[in-house]
Amino acid sequence: MALDKDDVTKIAHLARLQVDEDDIPQITERLSSILGMIEQLQAAPTDNIEPMAHPTDATQRLRQDQATETDQRDQFQSIAPATQDGLYLVPKVID
Amino acid sequence: MHTNTLKALSTMLAAGDISSQELTQHFLDRIKQFDGELNSFITVAEEQAMEQAKAADQARASGSAGPLTGVPIAQKDIFCTNGVKTTCASKMLDSFIAPYNATVVEKCNQAGLVNLGKTNMDEFAMGSSNETSFYGAVKNPWNKEYVPGGSSGGSAAAVAARLAPAATGTDTGGSIRQPASLCGITGLKPTYGRVSRWGMIAFASSLDQGGPMTQTAEDAALMLNVMAGFDPKDSTSTDIEVPDYTASLEQSLEGLRIGLPKQFFEKGLDAGVEKVIQDAIAQYEKMGAKVVDIELPNTHLSIPAYYVVAPAEASSNLSRFDGVRFGYRCENPVDLEDLYKRSREEGFGDEVQRRILIGTYALSAGYYDAYYLKAQKVRRLIKNDFDQAFDKVDVIMGPTSPNAGFKLGEKAADPVSMYLSDIYTISVNMAGLPGMSLPAGESGGLPVGLQIIGNYFDEARLLNVGHQFQQHTHWHSQLPAAFA
Repeated sequence: MALDKDDVTKIAHLARLQVDEDDIPQITERLSSILGMIEQLQAAPTDNIEPMAHPTDATQRLRQDQATETDQRDQFQSIAPATQDGLYLVPKVID
Repeated sequence: MHTNTLKALSTMLAAGDISSQELTQHFLDRIKQFDGELNSFITVAEEQAMEQAKAADQARASGSAGPLTGVPIAQKDIFCTNGVKTTCASKMLDSFIAPYNATVVEKCNQAGLVNLGKTNMDEFAMGSSNETSFYGAVKNPWNKEYVPGGSSGGSAAAVAARLAPAATGTDTGGSIRQPASLCGITGLKPTYGRVSRWGMIAFASSLDQGGPMTQTAEDAALMLNVMAGFDPKDSTSTDIEVPDYTASLEQSLEGLRIGLPKQFFEKGLDAGVEKVIQDAIAQYEKMGAKVVDIELPNTHLSIPAYYVVAPAEASSNLSRFDGVRFGYRCENPVDLEDLYKRSREEGFGDEVQRRILIGTYALSAGYYDAYYLKAQKVRRLIKNDFDQAFDKVDVIMGPTSPNAGFKLGEKAADPVSMYLSDIYTISVNMAGLPGMSLPAGESGGLPVGLQIIGNYFDEARLLNVGHQFQQHTHWHSQLPAAFA
């Protein structure tokens, strides 16, 4: 199916991606071409076919509810763009 | 020294003919000499490599060495390495140093392998040409106007040019096998769940699988012995025993049933590639194998189904790159939404953004049934085709890639034509099966790969079938003249 400019703007917002107004026509065209290729799926007969989430139909393993990780906050925060007092910094959210 | 296989280097190290430090220095020198033109490495870990080599030599001296202790390899830059930058070929992770090692890296370290550095790739493994890397395209050592394939193009080019004796790769839709084919090396994608995905930066979690990229099937067996195994830290890792993959290499192929899927030899297949594949099949028949015609009737649906499943999972996986906890952050964000949107727009390249958008659309309210659920149903049709085929045959063979290669820039402006170059490899990931590409000939001066697909957890047989072919052919030992 073909997308239009408004669709692309909406999808980009959902994906939290900034899009430049000038790039929208090309993005729209390329996404539409990919979706056109994907459209072939609709013709496939899949009545009574179970969707496949895992190649060998494995299910989630469970483990005891015990903490296994040690505190590595300082190490993990050393690669963060901005931290203070053990917290990650972002622009002000609440005035 | 650099023309030796892992197996030969292992023997030389054990005999004391060379030290790991000499060997490692030799490959570091080759990288310095040749990689300017190839661009197969993003990071060369010279200092750490020499330290590991020194430790390996000490382990040898003290009698605690394993078969691969002291052998240098390269790691695809998708595997997290503690202390060495891991970029996934993205601006998003340009300065990222992981606080831990991927399980694969940890296993390689434990085996005493020396890490020469991190190889170039398509950004977040999204691509079939290596052109989407933030660090620039990799060139094919056989002809520098051509792509090396992708996404593990840096690993493939480095091994083909013997800048590293072997490397790791990852394969979500063909990313080990297609570059192995285009660069003339051996590449194995194991069964989904065989090699841990922990610390391997996620692209499409239900498809991603790491594996070895080597000169020979025997070397791939040695590497898989190191890489494979259950890992409680990977929720989809499979807990079944790992055999010694070198133990069955010498088995006879007498009576081996090879399935040839009609759908792999239809329109779109280059005549030169087809000739190479037919010759390889003839070689197998000479070795006692029997050919059986089979059908994989849903092959044509594997690309559309993949381009729903993979982008959907990627859009979810890549939501972690938000400019807050690690990775790239934009300058002067005005608010939180601006921080997210601009960090992601500036940090991700075009192809990655395209796939995030497709995946976000496919998963958005009202479209889930039509896209993701439908694609998962088609995925089962593809798996059922393979299940039926493996009732009749031991392995399936065909081309790895429809062409011997394509030129840099040739498909860059047309994503769909690029996607179609993975037609023979993608269905294998959709089913979760193991697949291998072996150098089997050449067309127009470029190497051509034979693909061998096996049943679940039948890697030992693939390696046996590959090794026997390499006992009778010489394609795996050829290297491009410019790098001899």
